[in-house]
Amino acid sequence: MSDDTILTVDALSMRFGGVVAVNGLSFTAERRRITALIGPNGAGKTTVFNCITGFYKPTSGAIRLTHDDGRNFRLERLNDFRISKQAKVARTFQNIRLFPGMTALENLMVAQHNALMKASGFTFLGLIGAPSYRAAELHAIDQAKGWLDRIGLLERADDAAGNLPYGDQRRLEIARAMCTEPALLCLDEPAAGLNARESASLSELLLSIRSQGTSILLIEHDMSVVMEISDQIVVMDYGMKIAEGAPQAVRDDPKVVAAYLGADEEEAAAVMESGA
Amino acid sequence: MAVLTSDLTQASRREAIAFIFKKAFISALVALVLFSLMIGIRTEAGPTGQLIYWTRFDDLAIIVAVVFVGSIVVELLRQWWGPVGIATAVPPSVQRTLDFAGKAFPPLLLIFAFLVPVIFYDQRYLLDLSILVLTYVMLGWGLNVVVGLAGLLDLGYVAFYAVGAYSYALLSTNFGLSFWMCLPLAGILAACWGVMLGFPVLRLRGDYLAIVTLAFGEIIRLVIINWQSLTGGPNGVSGIPRPSFFGIPFTRGDDGFAARLGIEYSPTHRIVFLFYVILALALLTNWVTIRLRRLPIGRAWEALREDEVACRALGINITTTKLTAFATGAMFGGIAGAFFATRQGFISPESFTFQESALVLAIVVLGGMGSQLGVALAAIALIGGFELFRGFDQYRMLVFGMAMVLLMIWRPRGLISHRAPTVFLKQNTAISAELAREGRG
Repeated sequence: MSDDTILTVDALSMRFGGVVAVNGLSFTAERRRITALIGPNGAGKTTVFNCITGFYKPTSGAIRLTHDDGRNFRLERLNDFRISKQAKVARTFQNIRLFPGMTALENLMVAQHNALMKASGFTFLGLIGAPSYRAAELHAIDQAKGWLDRIGLLERADDAAGNLPYGDQRRLEIARAMCTEPALLCLDEPAAGLNARESASLSELLLSIRSQGTSILLIEHDMSVVMEISDQIVVMDYGMKIAEGAPQAVRDDPKVVAAYLGADEEEAAAVMESGA
Repeated sequence: MAVLTSDLTQASRREAIAFIFKKAFISALVALVLFSLMIGIRTEAGPTGQLIYWTRFDDLAIIVAVVFVGSIVVELLRQWWGPVGIATAVPPSVQRTLDFAGKAFPPLLLIFAFLVPVIFYDQRYLLDLSILVLTYVMLGWGLNVVVGLAGLLDLGYVAFYAVGAYSYALLSTNFGLSFWMCLPLAGILAACWGVMLGFPVLRLRGDYLAIVTLAFGEIIRLVIINWQSLTGGPNGVSGIPRPSFFGIPFTRGDDGFAARLGIEYSPTHRIVFLFYVILALALLTNWVTIRLRRLPIGRAWEALREDEVACRALGINITTTKLTAFATGAMFGGIAGAFFATRQGFISPESFTFQESALVLAIVVLGGMGSQLGVALAAIALIGGFELFRGFDQYRMLVFGMAMVLLMIWRPRGLISHRAPTVFLKQNTAISAELAREGRG
């Protein structure tokens, strides 16, 4: 395992009763790179995601995460909120899960819960209005403002998240995940339901997140986004890895083409071509 | 085009009328079935023990007609003033006045609360009533943390009220601890019970949580009834010390409050003192809750109500967040319980029935979940209103029930249903109730 690997998934399997959703999947994600996980519907991508982010306990296999400072985490052993809190893995959801009744700014403040909780002396210092907590809160608001500015929502900071247009909600969810200051950002179909212009601005946002040093793991169906921004692509089908490599190599892989559109390779190639 | 729109509105109007009549007809039918035996036929045991009956079809007809007309009226009210499509044009000047009135209302209410003992000094009944109302305001604010903010449906809130009351009663009668010493102790003990209740129910949500908390409330009551040696069982605890003014008792004697101040003794002094104690406790609850809402823990509670899964993904510890909500709510309930015990001087399990839990929950729901002012208004309306309707004698419950039904038609999400953001950049815009979730946890 080289120093440049942030995430190592090793022989990961997930069974639901008799159904094998993920079957001995192994892949690595590199630091400061965008790794895309693609595959036809039902290939087990979201299950892999849920295993990495602690929503499922894998039946077998190991998921290792290494921070910049060399600290190691075994994600399959960490439970639930600790994956985000300690291992610094943030995620978004396929169906947007913002806090709809809270404002955009509040959504980003909730994301900084753990840092603020510590600053507020686990509520006690905050309750008496300690200046150190005030400073921490102002800093948190500044960070939230910075993100709102980056996703172009500064003007709507005080609007309820549930009132924002769909595309804005997608970007707000990414900003919220980034406010936890993650080492690895996992995005579950961030471009779903976006129009071409919104997809383009999403790609831009993801590239800027990568350039600031956060690694990204991405599930996506929109091939234009995947092919444009991914550094590496892992293709899954029926819970197994069928291909891995750079976008161009993956696109030309006959196995991938077959997985996407049955055996008719010519037709499949045409679709992949047009998406690119 | 104009003809077409008028045709359309006419068609929709015809549809609406048909709907109203259909609904009224169904209501009348239900009333007919329901009341045909209850009112239509009256049975009695005759002088020799045989069954005699006679019919009262005229009364039945009147009832069914009332239901029919009443249903039409309710439905019309709903369409005219209901929440559906209300776009009443309010002139800007009126709107400004309303806005100002809305802003000025809470401080005015607070000032009025402080002046109540001055204004109604001679009216013992009103003073007692306002103490009762304030107790429920405090309970409502306490439960608001659990139900309104964290979205955890708690049907056994009275358990913490009971724990607080018995904590004070037993600590003071057995160990002679003073009221002011027992107040925080009662809060801490109740908070401990809140955590104890919280642990087993952490995985439950919605209806299941409600059932378990309901059972918990009953368990506490049954333990109190049956643990005779400690709690005195159904006989309760009597002779609970009355609160003193920092050591000076409210008695007629020479070392009493009145004598020390050199004024004539009056039993009202204690009532006024109790009033200010509960007012201070309620305001403390309010202050702490408002502070907590703006702290990370409070935001986490509200986030938990909005979406538990997203909270987990953001690294928020669901377990401690839920437990702190339970503990905070329980603490306020416990403190209110201690106050209840010292006010009454006598407590028994009868004061802590499910009805109390339901009443406090009704206050929170009616006030608008999460809204501090709404809860206070609902407590005044429910407790005070209930007393107000005393003049209606046996129709009191009926009038009260009708008032609640009408309120729920007009304001289905409570008196004050919008949510105020905890932090803002430029403008503090209220969030409408349709967006905020009620929580299923």
